[in-house]
Amino acid sequence: MVIKGKIWILGDNIDTDIIIPTEYLAMKRIEEMKKYAFSPLRPELAELIAPGDIIVAGRNFGCGSSREQAPEIIKELKIGCVIAKSFARIFYRNAINNGLLLIEHSLIPDLISEGEYIAAVIGEYIEYKEAKYDLAPLPPNLMEIIEAGGLVAAMKNKNI
Amino acid sequence: MKHTSIEKIIINNLKRDNIQANDIVTVNVDRVMIHDIFIPFVAEKFEEMGFSKIWDPSKAVLIYDHLVPASSVEDIRHFKIGDSFADKYEIKNIHRSDGICHQLMLEAHYVKPGDVVFGTDSHTTTYGSIGAFSSGVGYTEMAAILGTGQLWVKVPETVRVTVNGKLPDNVTAKDIVLRLIGDLGADGANYKALEFTGSTIFDLSIASRMTIANMSVEAGAKAAIFEPDEKTAEYCGILFEDLPKISGDRDADYVNEIHYNAEEIVPVMACPSSVDNIKPVAELEGIPIDQVFIGSCTNGRLEDLTVAADILKGKKAADHVRLIVTPASREIYKQAARSGILNTLISAGAIITHPGCGLCCGRAGGILSEGERIVATNNRNFLGRMGPASVDIYLGSPAVAAASAIEGKIALPKP
Repeated sequence: MVIKGKIWILGDNIDTDIIIPTEYLAMKRIEEMKKYAFSPLRPELAELIAPGDIIVAGRNFGCGSSREQAPEIIKELKIGCVIAKSFARIFYRNAINNGLLLIEHSLIPDLISEGEYIAAVIGEYIEYKEAKYDLAPLPPNLMEIIEAGGLVAAMKNKNI
Repeated sequence: MKHTSIEKIIINNLKRDNIQANDIVTVNVDRVMIHDIFIPFVAEKFEEMGFSKIWDPSKAVLIYDHLVPASSVEDIRHFKIGDSFADKYEIKNIHRSDGICHQLMLEAHYVKPGDVVFGTDSHTTTYGSIGAFSSGVGYTEMAAILGTGQLWVKVPETVRVTVNGKLPDNVTAKDIVLRLIGDLGADGANYKALEFTGSTIFDLSIASRMTIANMSVEAGAKAAIFEPDEKTAEYCGILFEDLPKISGDRDADYVNEIHYNAEEIVPVMACPSSVDNIKPVAELEGIPIDQVFIGSCTNGRLEDLTVAADILKGKKAADHVRLIVTPASREIYKQAARSGILNTLISAGAIITHPGCGLCCGRAGGILSEGERIVATNNRNFLGRMGPASVDIYLGSPAVAAASAIEGKIALPKP
């Protein structure tokens, strides 16, 4: 599995209220909510993100509430994956369960520039400006969920 | 090989010889808890996944607490969906108005020491108080657990927190955990387990250990864990000899160790609007308040109501202060009625509300208005939690709450 995309940089402690403010949560469809993604911090960002782009952030990405809409919106924006130094626990699980790929990496967030391209070969390495950085493999059970497109689909596959 | 408490529980659950922190493993779930807010989503995902039965209906517990009693017409829909889901999939463990989920899970003995338990609520960490590994999950995952009886977890690294010595008068478990959250920060224990030990911890009642385990999630912790002892055995109604041995090895691989002397801990509060904004009450005395709340899964137990009643006995809450008391369960409510504690609180001017999550989750039972201030014994002081964003929430112990109610401003309990 290879993911290659343009980088958008976000900082530390990107909370779920930044990812999608509470006032938009009552909208009926994720598709309607997606243009407000990251609006408290960068209101223009959701419009600029193109399918396959990659978000790179610092510590504790997704902290705050347990709303599953946060990873659902990032998925709806068709972000290829989120690379961060660390993720908040419930967000991490909700993201995997909604089929959104997350990569924890301690070095990459300090090395990259916005607008450049980065590639991740899942389970092997990250490539940035012709340098390669080791990437620990995701456990098979998590890859199975991501490849199925989320936990509901993964369970459905098993139950058929 | 030496292990932390959580590692021992997981080793036992998997029947393996060894695991270590950061391994990803699939545990067998001993019990699950679903509350009224999320039951419609769990039910929908469960059927969407294509399951036709729950792996073991006797292990599922459904608790209505956030919406009890209903405060809007839509709330009833959650009870109806819950009832029909329980009927269809043979869940017999339902509590429709018996109290707050985390109190009931322990009080009704749904959780035993050594169990692995998940709930659709972040404060599921509470069951670590009796030596269970318990944590919160989203509703999609809960649906999958109901179908499979299993869940993947990353074995958490453990921070060992040791508290030794005798707590000063009017200093409680709430002050210990608030101090710890202040020192760690709101993400200081992210992904990690907090293991509590030391003479002060063993001196605490199970109710007080529940207060600490409950709030551990406010530092980001995946779980809190206390070694089961004689008090645990008595609380759980099992013989001491039958307790699983869950004690962290002294030379296990702890990621961090924190030590406190109980004598140096003072009454503190979490100030607006984050749980790690901790200040000594002594520095906050005199701030005028509009309301006091004593209750919640953090501090709504009999010992909390007793502390408040002892301070309020023969006194009155200040005229302008609304004093709201919510016992954490029907059982606690009954005990407080029988022992005269409710009478003392009512005579002091308290409004007693039905056991449930009401005010703590900002749905009902004492919502505040623009610019007001509250002293509250629950676990979160986020913006807008108990009313508009302009409400200032100060979190503290029941002793500080009771003393503040009398003065009409933040106050230390009199020695």
